[in-house]
Amino acid sequence: MSDRVLVLGIGNVLWADEGFGVRCVEQLAQTWALPEGVTLLDGGTQGLYLLPFLEEADILVVFDAVDYGLTPGTMKIVEGDEVPRFMGAKKMSLHQTGFQDVIATAQLMGYCPETLLLIGCQPEELEDYGGGLRDVVAAQIEPAIKVAITKLAQMGVVAKPGRTHSEFLADASIMHHAYEAGRPSEEDACRTGDDRFFPAAE
Amino acid sequence: MVVQTPNGFNLDDTGQRIVVDPVTRIEGHMRCEVNVDEDGYIRNAVSTGTMWRGLEVILKGRDPRDAWAFTERICGVCTGTHALTSVRAVEDALGITIPDNANSIRNMMQLNLEIHDHVVHFYHLHALDWVNPINALRADPKATSELQQSVSPSHPLSSPGYFRDVQNRLKQFVESGQLGLFKNGYWDNPAYLLPPEADLMATTHYLEALDLQKEIVKVHTIFGGKNPHPNWLVGGVPCPINVHSTGATGAINMERLNLVSSIIDKTAEFNRNVYLPDVIAIGGFYKNWLYGGGLSSQACLAYGDIPENPNDFSPEQMYLPRGAIVNGDMTTVHDVDVRDPEQIQEFVDHSWYEYAEKGKGLHPWDGETEAKFELGPNLKGTRTNIKQIDEGAKYSWIKAPRWKGHAMEVGPLARYIVGYAKGHEEIKDQVDGLLRTMDLPVEALFSTLGRTAARALESEYCGRLQKHFFDKLMTNIKNGDESTANVAKWDPKTWPKEAKGVGMTEAPRGALGHWVRIKDGRIENYQCVVPTTWNGSPRDSQGNIGAFEASLMNTKMERPEEPVEILRTLHSFDPCLACSTHVMSPDGDELTTVKVR
Repeated sequence: MSDRVLVLGIGNVLWADEGFGVRCVEQLAQTWALPEGVTLLDGGTQGLYLLPFLEEADILVVFDAVDYGLTPGTMKIVEGDEVPRFMGAKKMSLHQTGFQDVIATAQLMGYCPETLLLIGCQPEELEDYGGGLRDVVAAQIEPAIKVAITKLAQMGVVAKPGRTHSEFLADASIMHHAYEAGRPSEEDACRTGDDRFFPAAE
Repeated sequence: MVVQTPNGFNLDDTGQRIVVDPVTRIEGHMRCEVNVDEDGYIRNAVSTGTMWRGLEVILKGRDPRDAWAFTERICGVCTGTHALTSVRAVEDALGITIPDNANSIRNMMQLNLEIHDHVVHFYHLHALDWVNPINALRADPKATSELQQSVSPSHPLSSPGYFRDVQNRLKQFVESGQLGLFKNGYWDNPAYLLPPEADLMATTHYLEALDLQKEIVKVHTIFGGKNPHPNWLVGGVPCPINVHSTGATGAINMERLNLVSSIIDKTAEFNRNVYLPDVIAIGGFYKNWLYGGGLSSQACLAYGDIPENPNDFSPEQMYLPRGAIVNGDMTTVHDVDVRDPEQIQEFVDHSWYEYAEKGKGLHPWDGETEAKFELGPNLKGTRTNIKQIDEGAKYSWIKAPRWKGHAMEVGPLARYIVGYAKGHEEIKDQVDGLLRTMDLPVEALFSTLGRTAARALESEYCGRLQKHFFDKLMTNIKNGDESTANVAKWDPKTWPKEAKGVGMTEAPRGALGHWVRIKDGRIENYQCVVPTTWNGSPRDSQGNIGAFEASLMNTKMERPEEPVEILRTLHSFDPCLACSTHVMSPDGDELTTVKVR
């Protein structure tokens, strides 16, 4: 039996570059035809809801915006045992503690996918609620997809240009283009104006 | 200095200050500061939502039929309940009615979320406040088996071999250094009271619940087309029914309905044989730990939910009760009108927002979301490195909603207290039965444990309701009614030029409302008042403290530097800060910073 693959995009599309992972999966579905046995999933910021998908996968590819303290737009690829540790590295965005817990839980239950690949991108801007991807981050979607396609091909999962149908992607109203094009103007909806409250970082 | 709040709490900020930040095992970020007196009792409590919230403003100008898809993204837990509230608000504004089948399916989805959330909350977020998984390694599997059989004779997974296997698995997990899920515990704190066997039994059920929750969510996948972000539709539900399997693929057919039915049964069995018995067994060891009641004995609010018939939200037609109790008067349950501008109002005197008119409360239809971050003169630390917040000034990203001026508790316990006071038959039976079994007076409900127990009772009740609506749907289908959506007013041309509406649900963590104003086919204003806004609210202009703050008052801490008791009580609310506020903090430390000052 061939390997079952889960390609997962995580992050909150409402938080600017936090949406990177979800947008990668969307674009992958629109530009590549993946073979049977590959599931494309917009995981949002969901935690335990993702477990059933992990259980049914041998290979897990995760796209995510992760803050590694690098130059914005820098990609970082992490494989195998390193994945959970990297997801827990340094400062985190909304969902990462959650996803690290998901992997730990899958390990505890004995059904964590054997092969793990994290394709991360350093975000430029997270503090823009309702905003879209910044240019440097959006520019990494294609290269990130390329990495996934190449790595999958090395594992015998070969994609061709085309499209992949998935029921597990975002609703059309919050897909990349509709979401960013429909944003209310700055006059209508305050975008900044708030200093952030930082809890003690000691 | 001791100050008495109008809602009857004596606040004394002279003792040692303890800061817990972030409070872990919740959805979102929060910070909590308390003052503890010489004997270890909490005499002042301050809860801060550390995230800015701006969902309202990003919906301006969007198509109201799409609002659900955005609101579904606010939170990492209750996606569907926000979506349901949103479609109800839009339907209310536009006068759209939904078919009976859509009502049954929506109810089943909402009940499903309720049960999923309660089970996951108890076993995966809250149990570790009572249960010590490390202590479970010392348990005798045979004695655990005996305990299991006495606690729940009908649960089949109870042999000594089964518990030995789980114990070995746990041992391997812990020995591999992956403590992972169980790290950050205060495992040698004397606040943990269970014998090792009870710890092993509960930890085993932690694993069983993980397996079960994977099944529960399939109901969302079937009716919502997908999970974790199920589809919703203004006017009904987006899944066609086709029991003859001749039409569209993806429609609900008999095979899928049978799967739903079997999941409902399996979940009900878990509630009866595992969840409720565990709460009773664990609760039995903590019977004397009756802290954490807070506002529950005096001010509870519920909007009601799960309407028997579509489009009828009158209190007598809903299975989850609606009503408000104030001033501790359990003999009078007031009705709640979410449209009345005098009833629900949000205040921002202690929140990082600013209204055009200071000191005023605003009804959500007239709500404003303008951020204003400023810190009080008694702050210790700096703007970006706050060592101690000044609760005399603005101190939270959460607004302070009030019902007729009262700070209210919402959530399963509030629903159950309102239901009990109203004489809701099923709720009364459940509560009286539990109190009898545990040999506790009714006042015991007003506690952290009461909150935890109400959630378990509600999970069981919701399972029965789910079955009811499944049967109702099947009867309709048998009678030839397969309608699931009303699209007569789908086209914006059919809408009035201006409209306003409100949607209400009882989310797992409490009363949830969305208020929408529509103009020229687009959203003009959108306001959400979420359960954690009620429970986590800061002080208001009168000085009334919110439900989280009240619940921590006068609790005895065994070791102030190990805030087990604070976490226990805050977790009992199942806080969900992601939707009541927004995260923006540079932490990432797994470890909660606890500072004793």
